Amino acid sequence: MAVAERLVGTTVLRKEDGELVTGHGKYTDDLTLPGTLYMYAVRSPYAHARVTSVDVSKALASPGVVAAFSGTDLADEWAGPLPLAWPVTEDIKNPPFWPVTKDKARYQGEIVAVVVAESVAAARDGGEAVDVQYEPLPVLIDVEEAQKDGAPILHEDIGTNKSYTWSLTNGDVDKVFADAKVIVRGRYYLPRLIPNAMETRSCLAEVNPVTGDMTLWSATQIPHIVRTTMAAFVLGIPESKLRVIAPRVGGGFGSKIRVGPEEALALALARRLGHPVKWTETRSENYLATHHGRDMWQDIELAADEDGKIHGYRVKLLASMGAYLLLVGPGVPILGAFLYCGPYGGEAYHFECTGVFTNTTPTDAYRGAGRPEATYAIERTMDMLARKVGKDPIEIRRMNFLPAFSEPTASIGGLMVDSGDYEKALDKALEIAGLDAVRKEQAERRERGDAVQLGVGFSTYIEMCGLAPSRVLGSLSYAAGGWEAASVRVLATGKVEVGIGTTPHGQGHETTFAQIAADDLGIPFDDIDIIFGDTALVPRGMDSYGSRSLPVGGVAVHRACGKIVEKARKIAAHELEVAEEDLEYAGGTFSVKGAPDRAKTVGELAFSAWTAHNLPDGVEPGLDALAINDPENFVFPNGTHISIVEVDTETGMVRVRTHIAVDDVGNVINPQIVDGQVAGGVVQGIAEALYEEAHYDENGTLVTSSMTNYEVPAATEVPSITMGRTVTPSTTNELGVKGVGETGTIASPPAIVNAVVDALSHLGVTDVERPVSPENVWRAIQQAKGGGGK
Amino acid sequence: MDCGDTLLLHFEREGRLVVRHIAVTVNGTRHEADVEPRTLLVYFLRETLGLTGTNVGCDTSTCGACTVLVGGQSVKSCTMLAVQADGEDVTTIEGMAQDGELHPLQKAFHEHHGLQCGYCTPGMIMASDSLIREASGPLTESDVRLGLEGNLCRCTGYHNIVKAVIAASEEMRAGSANR
Repeated sequence: MAVAERLVGTTVLRKEDGELVTGHGKYTDDLTLPGTLYMYAVRSPYAHARVTSVDVSKALASPGVVAAFSGTDLADEWAGPLPLAWPVTEDIKNPPFWPVTKDKARYQGEIVAVVVAESVAAARDGGEAVDVQYEPLPVLIDVEEAQKDGAPILHEDIGTNKSYTWSLTNGDVDKVFADAKVIVRGRYYLPRLIPNAMETRSCLAEVNPVTGDMTLWSATQIPHIVRTTMAAFVLGIPESKLRVIAPRVGGGFGSKIRVGPEEALALALARRLGHPVKWTETRSENYLATHHGRDMWQDIELAADEDGKIHGYRVKLLASMGAYLLLVGPGVPILGAFLYCGPYGGEAYHFECTGVFTNTTPTDAYRGAGRPEATYAIERTMDMLARKVGKDPIEIRRMNFLPAFSEPTASIGGLMVDSGDYEKALDKALEIAGLDAVRKEQAERRERGDAVQLGVGFSTYIEMCGLAPSRVLGSLSYAAGGWEAASVRVLATGKVEVGIGTTPHGQGHETTFAQIAADDLGIPFDDIDIIFGDTALVPRGMDSYGSRSLPVGGVAVHRACGKIVEKARKIAAHELEVAEEDLEYAGGTFSVKGAPDRAKTVGELAFSAWTAHNLPDGVEPGLDALAINDPENFVFPNGTHISIVEVDTETGMVRVRTHIAVDDVGNVINPQIVDGQVAGGVVQGIAEALYEEAHYDENGTLVTSSMTNYEVPAATEVPSITMGRTVTPSTTNELGVKGVGETGTIASPPAIVNAVVDALSHLGVTDVERPVSPENVWRAIQQAKGGGGK
Repeated sequence: MDCGDTLLLHFEREGRLVVRHIAVTVNGTRHEADVEPRTLLVYFLRETLGLTGTNVGCDTSTCGACTVLVGGQSVKSCTMLAVQADGEDVTTIEGMAQDGELHPLQKAFHEHHGLQCGYCTPGMIMASDSLIREASGPLTESDVRLGLEGNLCRCTGYHNIVKAVIAASEEMRAGSANR
């Protein structure tokens, strides 16, 4: 029998595309049940105000309205407030966040009442008829103001705007800094960002009035976590009574890692009203109601010798939590805590982060979560160090890299890094870039005094992902584990169902995971179905975020297939009347050593396991296996990005001419999908560097309130991406894979901003505020010229 | 309420909704329905006809996820009222594949990995179809980028969408030359 060609490592076109390119994929808002009612959330227009009264009587009289409630009306629905899964310190302040506020609105967009009606339009009309009286309070927006005397206090019960301070120290930091010949200090503000998954959030809740069984369809990345936390903490029902289904999900980028007020409300109102209840966010509502990312001040210091060899790192962050702590909000900066040393060496490291409350939309994970922040700080400051000691940005990086290693190696940031060869990626990126020609053009443009100047920027990064080791997550006070499950069933007909606990929303798990199973079981790719996103069909899972799906979940698929093969081997040996050791297994077929004609395929053995007519003693019928993978370590993608930009010194416009991304994500299962993740991630990084900022005015009104004035880039504003790859297999898992979902967003922003600074360096520019908008570029030029630029 | 007084014209005194009768041909099938005058074309397609392939990604006519063809031209279906489509010929993503055969754009998006979450894809394909048919010659990368400026994607970085549209344009041009 011919051995099937291996699919792992090759581009296989995606299984999921057929229904998506024809419009037959079902997203949550595409689903409606008989008798569905529609919910509208009335949101505070004030960033900080006491809610003095809520009168729903006019709403109830509005055509089509079925019910309307204030926060007080619904207080009895909740067993507790919305959950916090990552209380990063023992003394963290975690004020309650209720689905509908009862007393105060603490950010523009906080829900103050809900209306349920027979149509979306009727619900909205009813919502506008709700009369809410507010007593506006002084507003706090700026994170730096939060801890100052006289700052407005958001949560009177805790009496401070500080939620927590988390710190980490390795080595004798004070001594290293005292002895340092050179110290450079960087200070950066990372603007607040709005994730902008193309599908906004949506949910549909149904409750069986007799059994009390509840079903929630939701545009979520985390159906399993929603199920456990919503049932146990918010609704106070047995977890077994709640089924959560994530159908097709239109992107996430962290914004759908939530246990949201709207999901809680839809469930509670469906229970209360005896009708299915549906809610779909408008985009403008999404800007207020779905969490934001970043909004952080960073202070970083490097201690080095005169040559630029780094000995110590000292980092202090001030991060906005927004008005409340969301599910993993306080932990987001901590995901970067270990990475402010990048891929570089040193003897001492100190990191400290303080999280504060402000009258803004709460923050939580946004693509990269903590790691883009760390990479930005270290990579911008590496250029600063290079300038200080008179070295080239490439040389300063090369001399500080940890040497190549293929066994887990400790970093000064406190990690055991799985594997790495940083120079290899740098060399490859340099080979692609052809910098001699670029530097020549740069010199000519400077010589001619061109309005448009050219710059080159570097980012040699490392990140940690594959959020996994449950013990480590526990030691970091994370409330859940980080394992991942896969169940593989070879059906009687030889077809395969693989239930996965990860929840894809664009990443192509159905294809990648089927490639793994097809190779392991020797069963055609088309005969493998991947089942996901439904807690009834796939009860075990920890879902998708932190580039964990392949290194944790994909490895679980591989292990479950391994268990299938071991069971099938027993049956094969029995049927072929040989000892198990006398069998060879390849490409889905067991054959007798020396007698290859005597063979059984996994499919044939699955039929035997189903009929169970002739199984060996002690072997249960059926060819099923479950594997739960809890890796011992994270995985650590790394690489080099080089950005070549044109900067118009007259208009301040920046154009990324070429962006080179050389990423080492370990072994690659599907190159086309990996490249797709990188290209998309890089463009999100370009967006973050150049265009995007959620901006509040002094009253706490979100000025960038819709897609017309928050600049999600269009195709005209970004280039095609030049991609390369190096492969250093991870030592964390047997597939040798690392994660790829976030590398582009983590690595690219500092390369771009370093390039802009390089383009303007002859004018004396050393920094440009983010986003690197024409205005901020112009200001930087004016300041360098001594004009102030204010 | 965004439409102010004009909306009131569509209500009778006692607050009952007034509807208008329209006939729209969608994907070759004629549909007649009573619609509220304020109903946008996209919601008529999604909710009245159940054609949920056309997605809604914003509320400011920025994202293009809801792009359909009206009389062969691409239109953001959130910028048009259903009553304005009375008598028109509308094509949605569900009408692109013919006799079980994917449209060249659908095939190209699949082959070039021009989609990840798929949410913007129907709008991208409809806008690209109009772009390719209206172009006088082969499309360059910058033609495609400019032509799709009104359609946002958050997953792909446009990288593979551009490749897919160029590939499809070549196939569509070759296809029409052979006819």
